[in-house]
Amino acid sequence: MNRLLKEFLKGIIKENPTFVLILGLCPTLAVSTTVFNGLGMGLAATFVLVCSNMIISCLSRIIPDRIRIPCYIVVIATFVTITELIMKAYAPALYRALGIYVPLIVVNCVVLGRAEAYASKQTVLNSFYDGLGMGVGFCLALVLISGIREILGVGRLLGWTLIRGFEPVFMFALPSGALLVIGLLLGFFNLFKKKNK
Amino acid sequence: MNIEQFLSIFISAVFINNVILSRFLGLCSFIAISKQTRPALAMSLAVMFVITTSSIITWLIYRFLLIPYNLTYLRTISFILVIATFVQLVEIVVKKISPPIYRLFGIYLPLITVNCAVLGVAVLNIDMFFVDSRPLAGSFYYSVFQGICVGLGYSLAMLLMSGIRERLDFCDVPDVFKDFPLAFIIASIMGLSFLGFNGFRF
Repeated sequence: MNRLLKEFLKGIIKENPTFVLILGLCPTLAVSTTVFNGLGMGLAATFVLVCSNMIISCLSRIIPDRIRIPCYIVVIATFVTITELIMKAYAPALYRALGIYVPLIVVNCVVLGRAEAYASKQTVLNSFYDGLGMGVGFCLALVLISGIREILGVGRLLGWTLIRGFEPVFMFALPSGALLVIGLLLGFFNLFKKKNK
Repeated sequence: MNIEQFLSIFISAVFINNVILSRFLGLCSFIAISKQTRPALAMSLAVMFVITTSSIITWLIYRFLLIPYNLTYLRTISFILVIATFVQLVEIVVKKISPPIYRLFGIYLPLITVNCAVLGVAVLNIDMFFVDSRPLAGSFYYSVFQGICVGLGYSLAMLLMSGIRERLDFCDVPDVFKDFPLAFIIASIMGLSFLGFNGFRF
């Protein structure tokens, strides 16, 4: 049990997909304008990550080594399509806000990276916890980035005004703001790591 | 189909909605490979080629296979499979025909499969140039042209970035900001300056 907990926890801080592995940045930055969008993207990616990790780890003995990448992509794309259809039916506002970034979960390097580096070599249960941990880590990173951007760029958090009379810095709502936020955050994470050594 | 439309696609894809700086597609490769100019140029050429050809292929698949059989919901799966297979095919062909070109951008080809820009443009073409599963007039030409322009925009950002980062090698930057963090901050400043093109609307 302890080991499984470890598999789960490592994705959150020690191997956080965004801040430590620096994977899957395209969707992270593009949809992180508000916490709502960020969380929606994070949950969708987590669903895909968990399901594809489990299926790939089940099938890893059957899939021939030479064509494994296309096989993984088909599995991932299937779950992405499922997510897309579900989101379109039950959360049309979110689907419109995320736009082309929903189908682009297929090429999110986190998902393929975990399939290749972890799920193909591990048991189904381990892969499940790994996928869940990575997904939660990804969600947390997205919430952090989108939270900063929403507070600074729009002056609100989840639609609530936080500080009355705060003039929003429009730049943080723009794409460049996302790049600046993640650059500074990565710098701070490095500083944190260096201090802890 | 008119010249104005082409011009606005060009300006929009290269400057205003630059794939990397404003749409964040292909960001991973952009940060990873832009340390020096030569590999950056090779990668840009490879990306440009793959984006253009894959926008041709995906348009044809969508128009003549997915729409007639009412399978448009299979868009993501079929596009990514075709792109992956196509990239693999190009790699094999280039390796056989021209070893120098293979050495130049062969190692970057497999990376392009998971480059969001390729799938992103394919999906974007469908979103922009099809209305209710019906192609707009001239949508094929627009799609191909948009593919070329997005490739150009990618190359532009990539070359600018690699030029800046080459010079940064000689600068004394804080240790914790070396490499990735600084690259993001530079990209952010570049994005801000590209904002100036926003006035160019047609």
